Amino acid sequence: MATQKKLMMIASRGSLDWAYPPFILGSTAAALDMEVSIFFTFYGLTLLLKDLKPKVTPSGNPAMPMKMPFGPKWFQGLNWPMPNMIINNVPFFDSFVTAMMKKTFKNKGVASIPELRDICVEAGVKMIACQMTMDVFGFSKHDFIDGIEFAGAATALEIGSESDMQFFL
Amino acid sequence: MNVKEELDCRGMNCPLPILKTKKAIDHLAQGEVLKVTATDPGSCNDMDAWSRRTGNPIVDKNEGNGEYVFFIKKG
Repeated sequence: MATQKKLMMIASRGSLDWAYPPFILGSTAAALDMEVSIFFTFYGLTLLLKDLKPKVTPSGNPAMPMKMPFGPKWFQGLNWPMPNMIINNVPFFDSFVTAMMKKTFKNKGVASIPELRDICVEAGVKMIACQMTMDVFGFSKHDFIDGIEFAGAATALEIGSESDMQFFL
Repeated sequence: MNVKEELDCRGMNCPLPILKTKKAIDHLAQGEVLKVTATDPGSCNDMDAWSRRTGNPIVDKNEGNGEYVFFIKKG
C-alpha cells in the first residue's frame, strides 16, 4: 500500500453546486485511505448546519446549462437560454432552478449533499468550522452537526502545511 | 474465481461506486474477492486509481452491454 497522503480543503462557498466539490473529494479521498481535513469558512460554513439546504442561482453562474431533467432525450438535450430579466425578477426562480438541478443529479445517480456529508462524517473526515464566520453570521454551536471542531486561520494553515494537497474551493 | 461478496453499483454515478466499493471491501478478509458491477464509464479509470492507492488489486475485469465488472481482491 502507498504511504498515507493528507488532503486539506478550504470550503468557502455554500451553494448547491459548490457543496459538491468538498464532499465528493472528501469522501473519495477517505475511500482512498487518505487523511482528510476540511475547513469551512464564510458561506462554506453553512454546509455544516444541521438544517442543510443549499441552493443554486443562475444569476451568479452565467455559464450554467439550462436543461430539463425530464422528458425524452432530445428534450432533455435542449438548452433554454434565460434572459437576465427572468433570472433576476421572476419570484422563486432560484428555488425552481435548485429543484431542477437536484432532480437532474438524482436522475443521473449522483448522491445528494446530505448523503455525501454523512459519508464524510462516517469515514472520519475532520471538519472544522470557522469560529470567526460563526460569530459574524450569528450562528451558535448547536446550529451545527455533531463531531466538528471550531477553530481559525492558524489551525487551517497548520493543517495545510502538514498536508500533501491543499485545495481552496 | 471464488467471489465472497457482490456489489451492485448499476445506475450510480461518481463517486458512489468507489465509496460503496471501499465500504464493502472493509468487511472482507485478506485474499477474499469482491465483485463490483457498475454502469458509470468513469468508474473504469477511477477503480484503477482507487486500487493503486489502497493496495487492493483488481484481479479481473470485463465489460459488455454498458456494464463494467470488476473483481477486486482484498490486499
